[in-house]
Amino acid sequence: MRNAFWLAAGVAALALTTGTSSAKSEELTLCWAAWDPANALVELSKEFEEQSGHTMRFEFVPWPNFADRMLNELNSGGQLCDLLIGDSQWIGGGAENGHYVKLNDFFEAEGISMDDFAPATVYAYSTWPKGEPNYYALPAMGDANGWFYRKDWFERPELQEAFQAEYGRPLAEPTTQRELMEVAKFFQGREIDGQTVYGVSIFTERGSEGITMGATGALYAWGFKYENEPGSYDMEGAVNSPEAIEALEFYKELYECCTPPGYTNAYMEQSLDAFKSGQVAMAMNWFAFFPGLYADPNTGGDKIDFFVNPPQNVPASTLGGQGISVVSYSDKQDAALEYIKWFAQPDVQAKWWALGGYSAHNSVLNDPGFVESQPFAGDFLEAMANVQDFWQEPTYAELLLAMQERLHNYIVADQGTAEEALNGLIEDWTEVFEDDGKL
Amino acid sequence: MQVVQQIFENGSFMTNSVITAAAEKTPPSVARKVRGLSDRAIAWIFVAPTIFLLLAINIFPLIWTVRLSFTDYRANRLNREVEWVGLRNYERILTDDGIWMNMQATAHFLVWTIVFQVLIGFALAYLINKKFKGSALWTTIIVLPMMLSPAVVGNFWTFLYQPQIGLINYMVEFFTGIPASSFSMLGSVELAPWAIVIVDTWMWTPFVMLICLAGLRSIPDYIYEAAEIDRASKWRQFWTITIPMVLPFLMLAVLFRGIENFKMFDLVVQLTGGGPGSITELASINLKREAFEKWRTGYSSAYAVILFVTIFGLASIYVKALNKVKAR
Repeated sequence: MRNAFWLAAGVAALALTTGTSSAKSEELTLCWAAWDPANALVELSKEFEEQSGHTMRFEFVPWPNFADRMLNELNSGGQLCDLLIGDSQWIGGGAENGHYVKLNDFFEAEGISMDDFAPATVYAYSTWPKGEPNYYALPAMGDANGWFYRKDWFERPELQEAFQAEYGRPLAEPTTQRELMEVAKFFQGREIDGQTVYGVSIFTERGSEGITMGATGALYAWGFKYENEPGSYDMEGAVNSPEAIEALEFYKELYECCTPPGYTNAYMEQSLDAFKSGQVAMAMNWFAFFPGLYADPNTGGDKIDFFVNPPQNVPASTLGGQGISVVSYSDKQDAALEYIKWFAQPDVQAKWWALGGYSAHNSVLNDPGFVESQPFAGDFLEAMANVQDFWQEPTYAELLLAMQERLHNYIVADQGTAEEALNGLIEDWTEVFEDDGKL
Repeated sequence: MQVVQQIFENGSFMTNSVITAAAEKTPPSVARKVRGLSDRAIAWIFVAPTIFLLLAINIFPLIWTVRLSFTDYRANRLNREVEWVGLRNYERILTDDGIWMNMQATAHFLVWTIVFQVLIGFALAYLINKKFKGSALWTTIIVLPMMLSPAVVGNFWTFLYQPQIGLINYMVEFFTGIPASSFSMLGSVELAPWAIVIVDTWMWTPFVMLICLAGLRSIPDYIYEAAEIDRASKWRQFWTITIPMVLPFLMLAVLFRGIENFKMFDLVVQLTGGGPGSITELASINLKREAFEKWRTGYSSAYAVILFVTIFGLASIYVKALNKVKAR
């Protein structure tokens, strides 16, 4: 009788175990950039491992090489990644070249609704063609380019007084791009605590996407458009509009007047270093870094505050962030889809935000406590309401590299004028679209 | 000795018996065939695997590249129909101002690195050849830079050139009074092309020095002794003995450095990434961007063919000149 009891218990336990875990335990590889949110995702994914029985491997590549490494992987049909958190601009290539699995049927079967996510993130990270209900990714990490500054310096009475005397207004978070430059000029070369400090650190990097991501912050704020009509590829008068020329001239002036010496090839890391080492009063960077900046023992906490990219003619921010996709070359697609199903759950999204990831789920963003949950949360919401992204065409890499070259030549190498740079950009982009059969 | 001979003979006997047995079992027709192989045929059998590998990994890709250069193929768009575009890729490259800027940047880098490396390398070799006390130690110290990885060299020279904390800028300030943070070696349009020349010269001058040193040490002492007897001055000895006899070695060093620097990629990418703007974007950096970042495979194949023909043509002309110098 006793033996029969233990046998029955064993069978029951076995049945329960097999019932709760999936048919086959897999080792899934998730590929992303190597940065703070990636560490948060590793932490978050432990829960998935416990629940599913699958194990997670992570392939994180430093940002400067991320696009190169991952696009090569996709283009060669590599099986390194089962899941990829790829940049928003890759979605066109990912969809048209068959790198990403289309998720519509899966979403429908699992009851995952794109209405549960912030519309801007669904548009930017998931859909191709743009705005069409064809989903190739789940919004994973909302992000935009924002600003942070030395709040403790801004609050110093002697600096307040000097700024008031010079500009006739209090030293505070800039509310326009022009004000931002004034503040930057005010700090440039100033002695603070016996150290020479500088105005701003901005993106000037040449090799990957840096200077484009930085300069578009000014371009979008002036009202820059890629096309006269969306989808027309008609760029004359839009890309080189008087507003665009003015914005580009502004960014060049900001670079020349107010950045630290030798700041000719700077992106995320250099911007963070300049701020953390107490060199600059203000800096631009992606919201993804803001939790780490706030937690920094030397320049974080009470010493730092954040603001959204200031408008000039219109409120606008450069979009960052990524969606999570299932790679079509993976032979573990079922397990990868399980991960996406798990990740889309509201409670997982809430934990994601708590750990330092930027959830795009409405249940997190619309939570009454969200704005107060972090000092930069309100700015994040404001930024995401007005984000603009670069081209998301399959030829995005060519389009991006052309812009990198034109902008760096004008802004850093001081070659030609802003108008010539933008006219040249239209020529380059026209050639790319002609080669691609779009024009 | 006798024992050894006996063992050898036994071994030989045993071997012969095995061969004989095998030969007896071999059908006459096969045996005839093997016996009928000429030395040339056997040589071909041995060489064939190497030739096959050479064809597979060198010649075939080269031919394939030439073929692709006449198409609009893109390696990242495999579903796209490939079109034959004739000479359009070549025409585009040769009429592209940007490409000519890259070629100019490459020529500037190539010419000045070779000039500096030859002058400094020869001077160092001449000094080291004097065999002073500690010359072996100095030789080791001098050749250290060429043993480092280009990535490492690029990284630490980036720090040396840093305007705020870099040693180079402070040295310039110390000697000239120009404020250290007022200029950026890697960020200035005027200075960046020279900054990369300086780093490559620092790294590869020891290589030229070693080749020159080999040349100097190959000159027999009796030639100088004869010149001394003829009362030739040191200056005349230098121009009529040293230089002509070292010249083939120097030319070889120039050939090696020329080919290497025409293909220069890693060091410059690490230092400037081709910037500021495109001022230091050498041909190979631009080619990599076209091929593996923009994925214009057909276009970049044409670009690679043009670079290959240029290097091959220049190197061939140079080797002929080198042979003439050696024959003198």
